[in-house]
Amino acid sequence: MSEISATDARPTLAVWKFASCDGCQLSLLDCEDELLALAGAVRIAHFTEMSRTSTDGPYDISLVEGSITTPDDAERIQQVRRDSRHLVTIGACATAGGIQGLRNFAAEGAYAGTVYAHPEYLKTLETSTPISDHVAVDYELHGCPIDRRQLLEVLLAFLAGRRPAVAGHSVCQECKGRSNVCVMVANATPCLGPVTRAGCGGLCPSVGRGCFGCFGPSQSANTISLADQLSRNGATGELVSRLFRTFNANAPVFRAESERQSARGDA
Amino acid sequence: MSLHDRSGLGPNLDVEDLVVIRPDQLNDLIARLGDLGYETKGPTIGDGAIVPGAVRGTSDLPVGARDAQSPGRYRLEYSDDGHLFEWAVGARSWKAEFFAPRERQWRAVIVDGTLRFTEPTKSARPLAIIGARPCEVAAISVLDEVLMNGACPDTGYDARREGLFVVVAECTAPGGTCFCASMGSGPSAGPGFDLALLELDDADGHRFVVRVGTARGAEVMAGVSSTSATDADVAARAQALDRSINRMHRHLQTEGLAALLARSMESPRWDQIAERCLSCGNCTLVCPTCFCSDFRDTTDVSGAVERTRTWSSCFDLDHSYLHGGPVRASTSSRYRQWMSHKLSTWWDQFDTSGCVGCGRCITWCPVGIDITEEAAAIRGDDEAARAVHVEEEAR
Repeated sequence: MSEISATDARPTLAVWKFASCDGCQLSLLDCEDELLALAGAVRIAHFTEMSRTSTDGPYDISLVEGSITTPDDAERIQQVRRDSRHLVTIGACATAGGIQGLRNFAAEGAYAGTVYAHPEYLKTLETSTPISDHVAVDYELHGCPIDRRQLLEVLLAFLAGRRPAVAGHSVCQECKGRSNVCVMVANATPCLGPVTRAGCGGLCPSVGRGCFGCFGPSQSANTISLADQLSRNGATGELVSRLFRTFNANAPVFRAESERQSARGDA
Repeated sequence: MSLHDRSGLGPNLDVEDLVVIRPDQLNDLIARLGDLGYETKGPTIGDGAIVPGAVRGTSDLPVGARDAQSPGRYRLEYSDDGHLFEWAVGARSWKAEFFAPRERQWRAVIVDGTLRFTEPTKSARPLAIIGARPCEVAAISVLDEVLMNGACPDTGYDARREGLFVVVAECTAPGGTCFCASMGSGPSAGPGFDLALLELDDADGHRFVVRVGTARGAEVMAGVSSTSATDADVAARAQALDRSINRMHRHLQTEGLAALLARSMESPRWDQIAERCLSCGNCTLVCPTCFCSDFRDTTDVSGAVERTRTWSSCFDLDHSYLHGGPVRASTSSRYRQWMSHKLSTWWDQFDTSGCVGCGRCITWCPVGIDITEEAAAIRGDDEAARAVHVEEEAR
């Protein structure tokens, strides 16, 4: 623990990791051009990817990455919440359960048995769940990984006391704004863009790929109608189910659609 | 000089004159517009579709391209006939040229305790579009009323709109989702163009009948060698346009449509559409007249403030967000807002239709919702309901 100057009036920022790959918190370090200015505007009190120096809470803003997959983490998040004035979850793991949320669809221990030689040494929960299933969350920033510009926008908005300018609409709006030709209409490429939250800037369709749904369901995602169209374009239920079961598999809207598609039984 | 050679006689061209040019001379026309200082753009091939792009000669145009369009589906095919305009309408309209998807309005910084505002500089180079479709020219006129002549002019729209030179390519190959004939915006060009081309390729060869739309168009044509249109050319042009109308199988019955939609706010059809509608906003984004935008103020780490205008969509929940939540929370209410604005309340607001019949909202809807089919269904429901009402009255 380091000493804090009593005269330092900067708001404090803490970054916490739960079950995750670290990619989202690294987005903070990716803010290269703005990092020094940001470090001047906030005091980074706890961020183990950046510094071993850590100061005790409470913290003005906590960024929480990762999902809850162990009994220990289910306890630890309670303390993070108690120590944080604002708690912002970042990324698909923290907001939806992440790719590890696939365990929620499998028999207990199925994945652990495949990955680990001695899964009996593990002490994990049966499910991978978002932070909001455990504590109150002040703001959720979606994406796998999150977009660093959006992260910066959320931090600046919290510092300025204004609403973050982060869209809840579909990827299509960003895609069309980039003058992309729709890969679904022009090429029958399976694409989750119409039901996925914007934020990536339409990254995959810009290189001719369908959207993978990294940012999770958009505000008014009609997955049933999209899945019907993907089927008309020739996709099997298994394929459509797999499309919805990636980084945001456990997001309720995507989860329901993948289960509906799995039940079609036309693999 | 042959009997019909108009080279050197250009200055005598008048509005509504018809002349004929060959593909080489179309190339000359494009080059001349470039020489006159225009940035020349037109339809090009990109990402498997016809899209706006830089055009410096006829080889940049969609040579031999054919488009197959149906609800939710678009494919390009190619022929070796060298035709330049044997397709219907491209993936994107010309809207983005005047009304950018994203545009900074101003930036403000604090210098010595005072706010200093800066606005982005506007490009001064005028634009010439070669090969816009009649429906697209009609759409620009519709947008003019909203963004240039309306109550709230858009910063920047008229700067880019001013000086626009339009060479329209009249339609001989309407697509599977076109219905401009119903909307009175094609397949022949209405007002708003400088020169109109109609492509012909028959016993008299591959050529373009050019109709002069403005004095400025006549001046530009004066520098391009052409021949007077013969009676055969004029007849072939008229036949091609007739054939075009006959080949357009999609229709929108516009008679009484504005009033019909105004009294159909409670139609059960809206909920049926909402079952299919993705609320993704694609129809509004490809629409050549949809103009909704969003203004966002953001701060940066240095303390500077920026205001940005971005395209928005009535399908975005945030678009109707007022305190407490969105006004149009359901997809059915948002689709109803879009369609009834396009075909009904646009008349109240701007004294014109908001739809020009280009069919993009049908083709580029990922699930193929068809505005003409939905309007017909609402009309059918309305007529059935009125028939019941008449029956009840009679009893």
